[in-house]
Amino acid sequence: MNAANRTASTAAANAVASSLVGRRQRSVGARLFLFYLVFSTGFGLVALAVLLGTILVDGLPFLDLTLLTGAPSSNPGMAGARPAILASIMVAIVLVATALPLAVATGVYLEEFAPRDRWWIRLIELNIQNLAAIPSIIFGILGLAFLVRGLGLGPVLLAGALILGLQMLPTVIIAAREALRAVPASVRQGGMALGATRLQVVWREVLPAAIPGIATGSILGLSRAVGETAPLLMVGAATFVSYNPGLLTQYTVLPILIYQWMRLPQADFQGLAAAAIIVLLALLIAMNGFAIWMRNRHERKW
Amino acid sequence: MAANTNLPLRDRSTALIHGRKRTGERVVIGTLASAAIVSILVTIGIVLALLGPSLEFFRDVSLGEFFTTTTWAPLFTPPRYGVVPLLTGTLSTTFWACVICLPLGLGSAIYLSEYASRRVRAAVKPVLEVLAGIPTVVLGYFALTFLTPLLRSIGWQVDIFNAFSAGVIIGVLLLPTVASLSEDAMKAVPSSLREGSFGLGANRFQVSTRVVVPAAVSGIAASMVLAVSRAIGETTIVLIAAGQLAQTTLMPGDAVETMTAFIAATGSGDVSVGTIAYKTIFAVGLTLFVITLALNIVAIRMVRRFREVYE
Amino acid sequence: MLRKLIGIVALVTLAVTVAACGGGRSGSAESAVPVSLDTSISGAIVIDGSSTVAPLATALAEQFEASAPNVTVTVGTSGTGGGFEKFCKGETDVSDASRAIEPDEEAACAANGITYKTLTVANDGIAVVTNKDNTWATCLTTDQLAAIWEPSATAKTWQDIDPAWPAESFKLYGPGTDSGTFDFFTEVVNGEEGASRTDYAPSEDDNVTIQGVSGEKGGLGYFGLSYYEQNTDRLNLLQIDSGGGCIAPDAKTVQDGTYTPLSRPLYMYISDAALERPEVKAMIGFFVANETSLTKSALYVPLNPDQLKEAEALVDLGTS
Repeated sequence: MNAANRTASTAAANAVASSLVGRRQRSVGARLFLFYLVFSTGFGLVALAVLLGTILVDGLPFLDLTLLTGAPSSNPGMAGARPAILASIMVAIVLVATALPLAVATGVYLEEFAPRDRWWIRLIELNIQNLAAIPSIIFGILGLAFLVRGLGLGPVLLAGALILGLQMLPTVIIAAREALRAVPASVRQGGMALGATRLQVVWREVLPAAIPGIATGSILGLSRAVGETAPLLMVGAATFVSYNPGLLTQYTVLPILIYQWMRLPQADFQGLAAAAIIVLLALLIAMNGFAIWMRNRHERKW
Repeated sequence: MAANTNLPLRDRSTALIHGRKRTGERVVIGTLASAAIVSILVTIGIVLALLGPSLEFFRDVSLGEFFTTTTWAPLFTPPRYGVVPLLTGTLSTTFWACVICLPLGLGSAIYLSEYASRRVRAAVKPVLEVLAGIPTVVLGYFALTFLTPLLRSIGWQVDIFNAFSAGVIIGVLLLPTVASLSEDAMKAVPSSLREGSFGLGANRFQVSTRVVVPAAVSGIAASMVLAVSRAIGETTIVLIAAGQLAQTTLMPGDAVETMTAFIAATGSGDVSVGTIAYKTIFAVGLTLFVITLALNIVAIRMVRRFREVYE
Repeated sequence: MLRKLIGIVALVTLAVTVAACGGGRSGSAESAVPVSLDTSISGAIVIDGSSTVAPLATALAEQFEASAPNVTVTVGTSGTGGGFEKFCKGETDVSDASRAIEPDEEAACAANGITYKTLTVANDGIAVVTNKDNTWATCLTTDQLAAIWEPSATAKTWQDIDPAWPAESFKLYGPGTDSGTFDFFTEVVNGEEGASRTDYAPSEDDNVTIQGVSGEKGGLGYFGLSYYEQNTDRLNLLQIDSGGGCIAPDAKTVQDGTYTPLSRPLYMYISDAALERPEVKAMIGFFVANETSLTKSALYVPLNPDQLKEAEALVDLGTS
């Protein structure tokens, strides 16, 4: 062995030796860290399992055909949730059609096209973050004043869905911006070096790469919106509606019905409320399932 | 790498190309810009809706009385209008929510992003997101009928309504938000950084904490600020589980009333619209708005300072 | 292989779930009121207001819709105050109320040209309840009730109220300050609406009050009678003595007013403009004709003869 090789192999041996020693010292901290990580993940999962467990135990005996096809009633033997189920589905559809594109468009503009250093851009950013903290009930007050009365829509499903959409905007915008920001600049630079315009690069390269993050934000925002009660109550959602809702009719949604049933004195209504919760969760899982599929399809490693 | 970041990234890129944008493009970009305007309109709308009745309220109740009295009893006779109990109520529940969702959310995110196999991640992440979809009504009742009795059975004599149960459950609600968004941010860190670190002999602990998390801090911080904001604004859970007894206390086992719970209860109750009692809703709402605005200004400044640019 | 396993597990879970479904309801699926169909009238009626009166409005809405299939009735629960606000803006036809309309609300209606009729629709009693293990207190005088609940109350234990009673500390529960029940109770017990001690556990949900009282030996709470009647095995009902002896609340004593001062009427306010429409007239007529079974199905106390006479007069007024 010549001198260089000897130096190299000594250095390698030293490195291995020190890493072995270091590994034992580091491993306590690393093990604690791993415990913290598993505990964190497990906490959420256990909480969910307990929650679902109690709901299923209380609700399954009441999950029958009458609940799915019948109209609400003050008689627990006859009460169903059909109008509320349909209204919740319709609200979700309106949200996906209006709030989601609006939020993504805002995120794209702010992240890709807006000039960075202007004061009004900073103001918009601050504004969006602040909107995320506004309690849902204030959106209700806003909706009552401007949509229901101001625009004259009345206490109809469209007004309620639009208000939930406004409430949902900040979550999706913030998630979309972070998703866009995470796309490496090399993607944009490469595209433009090849002669594409900025818009083309965004539409063809950046946005598809950001879909997983946008999907996550959409899941979180949509789930919350469909589960809201307070703003809709302020905007005039009813608690008893026996007919199937349309965009411009009065309506009631599953969370409101659940809240109402939980407060009634008859014990059966508690069980019916739990069963309605199961239906709502099934709805949410179905919606999320689609978004998750989209997310997995567009997953990329950089 | 970080030397020439004086020019914003976008301008550096377009400096390579000169020439006008096509008109079609202008239209599209204009449409996108108007989308951003919507958020401004919403805030203006909220401020307008809140300001009028609030000003009327403050004509009858002085600002000093509002912010310094420690009794909140607007619907009792005689009425007292000190907002301090509501502030401590909100503070108490938000604190416990953050204790749960921030560290545990981040921990879940790191685990899913750096340690878990692809299959585990693909299974666990959507399941956690189901947690975010549980209606707040359900979580409120869960806090009241499951968590509080549980705490009492292990010996902690909390009130039937208490800030701790409500706060913890809010934390559980927001844990998926922090976890999912942080995890997306970490997943998007270029693997070249990780590989380089592993190549230098670092173990997973070091790579996660010293390389990936700092690289993803923008997304992580954004998710945390979002979670704190939502914890402050959470209405239904606190209404059901924290109580409606406005008392100035920071003890977790005590019943409290948060600003949001007060607004929700009074807004949908039997109070006559147009009375001072009703206008308290707007005054409290405006106070909440100002507080979260201040918090967000601070948060944005801090995040901006610590953001790193890679590539 | 793993995928197949997951698939099998999912299928089994689904099967178990479906098998476990249903069968939990007790009670009949029969409607309470004999129904004769009238398809000639049609329209939409909007009811909003108190969540206390809502069960009755809901019962009325469904039964009336069953008998007049071309009419739709919706019921909202914006609260008595919120209901009046919408009513006086002309946005609703009927306003449910657990208290009488207040002067500023009357003024708002007058300013918008809304005139209305007041219909007493049911009687409700406020039940004062204690824990099942509370063996010492069976009857409270109104003075004792005031001593417990007034704003300046200092009573911390049951012994402070009556020295013969044990020194079990109070745990007080009740409705929230925004509730009509709170307004009513404080007015009749303490003499002024909103006058109450502040250190009790208020709740939007009376079921929670039940839970609280049944979990604390020294517990005391108050809420609408219907909530007690659904939970008689968990609570003790107190009799109230307002000077004429201890009276327990039940359908009879609430209806004829002997259970005082904690009996209250529940109202529906109907705008005159709405009363001119045939479907609204028909609905009110339907209510008056079937009020006993409707109030009972909503767990309230039916109208006494005087109130019924007033209601019938209103229907005649409407149809003339």
